Amino acid sequence: MSSTVNPAAPATDVLVLVAHPALEQSRANRRLMEAIRRADPGSARVVVRDLYALYPDYLIDVDAERSRLGAARLVVWQHPVHWYGMPPLMKLWLDEVLGFGWAYGPGGRALADKQLWLVATTGSPEEAYHPTGHNRYFFDAFLPPYEQTATLCGMRFLEPLLVHGAHRMDDAELDRQATLYAQRLLSYPDWPELAELAECPECLVPELARPHDLAPGAP
Amino acid sequence: MEHTSWLSTALIYLAAAVLAVPLARLLGLGAIIGYLAAGIVIGPWGLKLVTDAQDILHFAEFGVVLMLFLVGLELEPRRLWTLRKPIFGWGSVQLFGSAALMVGVGLLGGSDGRLALVGALGLALSSTAIGLAVLAERNLTPTTSGQSVLSVALLQDVAAIPILALLPLLAVSAATPAASADGTAPWLAAAKAIAVIAAIVFGGRLLLRPALRWIAGSATPEIFTAASLLLVVATAALMQSVGLSMALGAFLAGVLLAESEYRRELETDLEPFKGLLLGLFFMAVGMTIDFAVVLQQPGLIAGLVIGFLGLKALVLWGMARVMRLPVLERPVFIILLAQGGEFGFVVFQAAAQAGVISASASSLLVATVALSMLLSPLLLVIADRVITPRLQRSIRGQATAVPEISEPQDAPIVIAGFGRYGQIVGRMLFANGLKPTVLDHDAESIEAMRKFGWRVFYGDATRLDLLRTAGAGTARVLVLAIDDVGQSLKVAEIAREHFPQLTVVARARNVQHYHALRDLGVTLIERETLDSALMSARSVLETMGWLPHQARNLALRFRRHTVGQIEAAAPHWRDEAWRVANARTARRQLEELFAQEREEARVRRRHQDWGGPGREKPGHDEHADGSGNAGERAPMERI
Repeated sequence: MSSTVNPAAPATDVLVLVAHPALEQSRANRRLMEAIRRADPGSARVVVRDLYALYPDYLIDVDAERSRLGAARLVVWQHPVHWYGMPPLMKLWLDEVLGFGWAYGPGGRALADKQLWLVATTGSPEEAYHPTGHNRYFFDAFLPPYEQTATLCGMRFLEPLLVHGAHRMDDAELDRQATLYAQRLLSYPDWPELAELAECPECLVPELARPHDLAPGAP
Repeated sequence: MEHTSWLSTALIYLAAAVLAVPLARLLGLGAIIGYLAAGIVIGPWGLKLVTDAQDILHFAEFGVVLMLFLVGLELEPRRLWTLRKPIFGWGSVQLFGSAALMVGVGLLGGSDGRLALVGALGLALSSTAIGLAVLAERNLTPTTSGQSVLSVALLQDVAAIPILALLPLLAVSAATPAASADGTAPWLAAAKAIAVIAAIVFGGRLLLRPALRWIAGSATPEIFTAASLLLVVATAALMQSVGLSMALGAFLAGVLLAESEYRRELETDLEPFKGLLLGLFFMAVGMTIDFAVVLQQPGLIAGLVIGFLGLKALVLWGMARVMRLPVLERPVFIILLAQGGEFGFVVFQAAAQAGVISASASSLLVATVALSMLLSPLLLVIADRVITPRLQRSIRGQATAVPEISEPQDAPIVIAGFGRYGQIVGRMLFANGLKPTVLDHDAESIEAMRKFGWRVFYGDATRLDLLRTAGAGTARVLVLAIDDVGQSLKVAEIAREHFPQLTVVARARNVQHYHALRDLGVTLIERETLDSALMSARSVLETMGWLPHQARNLALRFRRHTVGQIEAAAPHWRDEAWRVANARTARRQLEELFAQEREEARVRRRHQDWGGPGREKPGHDEHADGSGNAGERAPMERI
């Protein structure tokens, strides 16, 4: 499997899934989205899907989500960190879209070889994520569920972009980070680190434990 | 009475009722007119099928007796207390206002003081029987005016007791004290009456309930019915023995039992008797109209009827205005309370017996009351066909003259139609600090809304100039909540042609309306019953054992499916055959969808020990476990 530079990739192969349950109160996530819109006005390169705007009633259109995922090569999850994890609609999206037999398990190869990039914002500053800070752990301690989710689906988990201290960061710094973020998205897949990615560990379903009469591809 | 004549009497009454009542209903006149007409036809002034006046009276009076027992049963002291303001306030205004006015007019007309007082008090009473029956017949009982009629009627029922108690005292002060029925002195009769009432009140409270408990304990339903009737008959007989009205006794017994645990049972047992006997009572009213008296002094009777109805109506009209009853309900309120009532009969009879008024005066007054009771259902029909339509028109005219929108508005939201739908939309917007401009063409609801501080304007939203004045030219959103489909479409069309910047948010009465709006370019359409019906369906699923969140998911998926179906049908909606065929397909598709989901869930559940991360996902239908045990299907233990 290779995920190195491919200049002939389809134009819109970057899919950004944003999940913010109260975007009206957001500083960072809104700026990040605006930066993308400014850099890519016609969504020519990057498709942004604001989950809370699309599914305010939490009724996710699984088929639509899967076809978007199918067309993408880089999948971005952009969300604020709430209680050391993702907002509930994002989690529901995982539950419903990343189905057994589709994204993982027997026959579940729909996401294989794609890349997952986590872009997370935290209200508290980086120092708070420290054994001596009030969050008691380095932020890395909260990442394994993300990484394993990607790996189980055969996706490569890229180095996350973390925007810490979003509550107090000044506007200029926020804008700088947002612009950087948008530029990176637009420059995909010309990312140096993509060439250095290790092989994706395989997570094979043990054949013996697999039910013999399970409907193939059942979500 | 021999039983052959009893049989023939029953035959006559039942046949007359069965023929006349459906006929009257067919003519749109109501059951009460039917009974009254049947009474006139079979009575001494009609076919003379029934001539024995005593007979009639006995039958009739027991109908009233039972009715008052049941009225009493409804009148538990607690209820009386919560209704105390309308009952004692407005009831007293009606009773004493009308009585005072009538006494005044009577004295001016040169009548004797006692006659004027008795006549005024008797005529001020209204027919509870007709009033409550008409309210029930027209479904008006829960309305403001219905409650007002009930309150006033209740006060009259209560007030009749002191009025009747007062009569012997009036007789005492009379120049020539007449002997009462049993030949004792009037003051003694009054004392006895008070003693019997006291005995019923205190004895009844202490004895009736244990007695009923003992009878109910015998577990023989017909004996309980017999006991209920016996109770009423016995109280009535006791009252009659001291020269008081039987109806009053029954009323008292009813009140005493209003709080007992047997109230409902008594009601159900006596209700059919009351219904039939009340019918009989109305027939008796028809029969007791003494057309001899009427024909002797037709002018006087006509004057009395018109005069007392007019005076009472005047008082009631004033009350209705001050009480702010809805204009359209005022005619019913006035007519039902203006008529005389069965208590009037009792009062005049008792007064004649006590010698307060002469027998001829009594029969004159009784005829007056009976005629007014005959007239009131007819007046109601006239009110329905003539007065109400006029009032409706004049309300519109008036309202148009006063608050039609004239000053230009500039709110960003215009709500057209402020009925049940628009009000909810408006309240939510208002709660979030938005102040929409509201247009409605129902003057009464505008009046009501303005009381709550809404900026509601009278205006026909189908008129371009009024929409413009309401700010449709600069607003961003038009909420189209008009309930009339034709008008709603007309406004949508105007909006599309003249206010292209407006986003129309529309309420659809039904699918056809939905498609018609769609054709006019409206996209934000909600079918008015869809979401509330789905909420009810969720409640049903939950009650049947589905988990709440599961019911929610099913409802949301059903909604998405049905909305999708409607959208898919958009190009074909005028094609009836296509619609019929498609409705079947759509239903089958939905069933298949749910069946498929159930099957998938079943398979998943059977093999959920696979150990993958997704096996405990929320929202998946797992109730169909394939075991075929419906009782176990829904409530599900989940790890």
